[in-house]
Amino acid sequence: MHSIIKTSFAAIVAAGITATAAHADAHALSGDLVIFSDMSNPAPRAVMESMVERFGAMHPDMNIELTVIDREAYKTQIRNFLTADAPDVANWYAANRMLPYVNAGLFEDVSDIWEGQLSDELASTKGALTIEGKQYGVPYTYYQWGVYYRKDLMEQYGLSEPTTWAEEKANCQTYLDNGIKCYTIGTKFLWTAGGWFDYLNMRTNGYDYHAALTGGTENWDSEATRATFANWRELIDMGAFIDNHQTYSWQEAMPFMVNGEAASYLMGNFSVASFREGGLDDSKLDFYQFPEITAGIAKGEDAPTDTFHIPSGATNKENARAFLKFVVSADNQTLINNGENLGQLPVNSLSSVDDDKFLNEGFAMLSNDAPGGVAQFFDRDAPAEMAAVAMEGFQEFMLFPDNLDDILARLDEAAVDIYAE
Amino acid sequence: MFPTPIKKRTRGWQIGYQAMIPVVLIMWLLPLLAVMLFSIKPEADFVAGDYWSLPSSLEGFKNYGKVFFESDMPRYMWNSIRITVPTVIGCMILSSLTGFALGVYKFKANLWIFFMFIAGNFVPFQILMIPVRDLTLDIGLYNTVTGLVLFHVAFQTGFCTLFMRNFIRALPFELIEAARVEGIAEWRIFWYVVLPLMKPALAAMAVLIFTFIWNDYFWAVVLTQGSETQPVTAGITSFNAQYRAAYHLMSAGSIVAALPPVAMFFLMQKHFIAGLTLGAVK
Amino acid sequence: MPASKYEQPKRSWYKRNEIAVTPILFLLPGVFFFAVYVIYPVFQSFNISLYKWDGLGEAEFIGLKNYQKLLEDRAFETSLWNNLKWLVLYLLAIPMGLFISLFLNQKVTGIRLYKSLFFFPFVISQIVVGLVFSWFYDPTFGIFTKMLGLIGLEIKGGVLGNPTAVTYGIIAAGLWPQTAYCMILYLTGLNSVDPEQVEAARLDGAKGWKMLWYVIIPQLKPATFIAFVVTIVGALRSFDLISIMTRGGPFGQSRVLSYYMFEKALSEYGFRMGYGAAIAVVLFMIMLVFIAYFLWSMYQEEKGAH
Repeated sequence: MHSIIKTSFAAIVAAGITATAAHADAHALSGDLVIFSDMSNPAPRAVMESMVERFGAMHPDMNIELTVIDREAYKTQIRNFLTADAPDVANWYAANRMLPYVNAGLFEDVSDIWEGQLSDELASTKGALTIEGKQYGVPYTYYQWGVYYRKDLMEQYGLSEPTTWAEEKANCQTYLDNGIKCYTIGTKFLWTAGGWFDYLNMRTNGYDYHAALTGGTENWDSEATRATFANWRELIDMGAFIDNHQTYSWQEAMPFMVNGEAASYLMGNFSVASFREGGLDDSKLDFYQFPEITAGIAKGEDAPTDTFHIPSGATNKENARAFLKFVVSADNQTLINNGENLGQLPVNSLSSVDDDKFLNEGFAMLSNDAPGGVAQFFDRDAPAEMAAVAMEGFQEFMLFPDNLDDILARLDEAAVDIYAE
Repeated sequence: MFPTPIKKRTRGWQIGYQAMIPVVLIMWLLPLLAVMLFSIKPEADFVAGDYWSLPSSLEGFKNYGKVFFESDMPRYMWNSIRITVPTVIGCMILSSLTGFALGVYKFKANLWIFFMFIAGNFVPFQILMIPVRDLTLDIGLYNTVTGLVLFHVAFQTGFCTLFMRNFIRALPFELIEAARVEGIAEWRIFWYVVLPLMKPALAAMAVLIFTFIWNDYFWAVVLTQGSETQPVTAGITSFNAQYRAAYHLMSAGSIVAALPPVAMFFLMQKHFIAGLTLGAVK
Repeated sequence: MPASKYEQPKRSWYKRNEIAVTPILFLLPGVFFFAVYVIYPVFQSFNISLYKWDGLGEAEFIGLKNYQKLLEDRAFETSLWNNLKWLVLYLLAIPMGLFISLFLNQKVTGIRLYKSLFFFPFVISQIVVGLVFSWFYDPTFGIFTKMLGLIGLEIKGGVLGNPTAVTYGIIAAGLWPQTAYCMILYLTGLNSVDPEQVEAARLDGAKGWKMLWYVIIPQLKPATFIAFVVTIVGALRSFDLISIMTRGGPFGQSRVLSYYMFEKALSEYGFRMGYGAAIAVVLFMIMLVFIAYFLWSMYQEEKGAH
């Protein structure tokens, strides 16, 4: 049984695991620690379980209870359990996505954890976890988004990584002419469409427009947004996306690319583990930054940060704080983010990025090639309710592009209420 | 008898009919047979896009083994039992009392109380959701098996009272009158005269409630969370999320989740059908 | 002894009123539970629907504003229409169940086993039914899609991905267990059809459809009534299937009131408790029409029985 790691058992298993710095200065704690996690995919789940195991080894008298909840279901359950029966530690996301819980007083102020050295180590994400000068959680990972593609197919048709919108479309046309869809995508859970909108919008109108639109200061029915949708429509009209994407989750859309029926996938780097498991090694899988659309606009990127928080209703806050400190430690972040585990980027600046093709490329891209700014993601920058309505609209648009007027009007209507609160 | 008994038809009709039943049955159960097939196929078949052919190797043991030993499913199953069994017992106790009261005694409010139970039984769950969730939170039973059981018992009392009351109504009233003439206390009449006669009805009801509660999903989602307390219907969704697109495991998991009520149905078939159809015939 | 002096009249009071007091005592626990968990919450929900409330802080009284908002809410409109489709189409379970029960109402070897196997879908959780049907409909490998392909039909996006087809697809999945339920009701009903009447009608030359319509169906009235009741209740409670098959998608086209209410009330972005309650009240009012009809029918029957 995975979910309850009995500490005594964990201690035996983990005995002899390298003592970390945190181990040396922390006195062993006892009592309970209840963790709710949304790391439900196989690789993240294993990471979460190993973290609990290692933390348990440091505190053999602590009874740690880990509940892993389906990542999609978690999004609808979180407010419920935060208000009703709060765990001691919970996964969530940074920035605007955590704002409603902070405003409702459901997340504990953890500024004390950030005091001193840690603030420097985690400086890059401090802003995303700060609201009115206080920090409400800690980051454990972030990852780049971009276009993952079948290198072998690209070579087969004599194409190269596109850097402009024209090249992107030309490549796509070549694939289509050869009976291959350009992009696989599964929009059943909507957010994948949010990724497409983000990139098209940031490339068409820039990062600042993205921030203004998700922040509620720009209208949906505007020249600029329409331009974004017009670009999207070009791809839709070409038939660039796989059919029936509305019935697939992102995982279910993956086989289309693995089997060579689709050439690429706009995704986050967490997908690499699944690609590799599906049999695409580095000779067949590669990555490029989403190409330029409006010339001269500084490129913005999506790089969502995933986080841990302590609910205000937690009962074992001391243990929870110790766990959060353990999570952000440089060693732990190096370990959990390496190519064997999450395959993502560590947030702690003292951690080392694993020597992995995609991690290196992503790290370089986010450090040097995102002058416009780094966004969290559509559904993390926009208020959750707006994101829900908007992403439903994106899905509708991908299926029925002619409904655009109606969709935009609806979004503006919803925005009035949502941003007024 | 309607339709005309097949025995009165020609030989050709009879053979045709006999041959047709299994064919129709297979079509009727096709979706289910598909899941059974999926659950013994190896993963490789699905990766190869080979969904509907016979399994290239029989992997039933491996797939079911994974469900039983490498997932939270046994835990969810155990939670389902912890929820279902006390609910069934609670319903039997409460509704034999209310059923007796409404079935035996004549008093003014009788019909009104009876109708209250029936009406409540038909109410859409959603109108209860917010207040019941709040109540469960307030009494500190949110995310506990007890909290879920209490609600289930209360709600099912509506249906069970209807059931019991109608059954008791159909008993010969002379028995009770005879006992009263003897001067036997009312509670003794309940315990020694009526209750023994209610055994078949209680059995039928128990099987029905078992199935209803085992299959409940809505209240499990509203009142519980996580593998500590959630029943298998909620568990199967997180199991599926973990193994998304792993059809062989999802199928095996679903079959495991569906098994207890199915077993119950086959073991107690007579009671089950008697229970369902009570009231359908007069 | 003084004790018995006191006990004597007390006991005789109880004795005298035993017939009146016993039912009250017997009803007390059941009625208490039912009132607390079912009856009172209905009224509470009515009350909550007049407030703007996030489930935590102070509730703010806003009168009928939630209902006003419903009128302009297109997701609500879609849900309402879908509920109507559910109500109407779910009733197909009744004739389908009758049809299968007529088919199975024979005495041949193994028929008992056949009957229980036909009943099978009803015993299985709707969660599993939903899962099975979503594979059945899968646009790439689903049998249903393949069968449609054989006769040259294609539903764009697959049944569950097509905004027009999706609700019908889910209803069809729901009809599967519901038909089994109605079937079993009719099988029992057919057992008690009066053979003499059937014979008499046969002598009068009635057979086939005529016999069914004029002789059999009227005798099946109690079974039909129960089948109607459980089917209507089932249609308005549809939640599990939608939740497991589509989560209301694509873009909200398969939502029904029960699902929409849940979404609004327990959502990530804040508990719209008042708004959710308003949706629930609408659903309840629809149900109330039927409840009133059921109770009225039962009342007529009760009156007849006394």
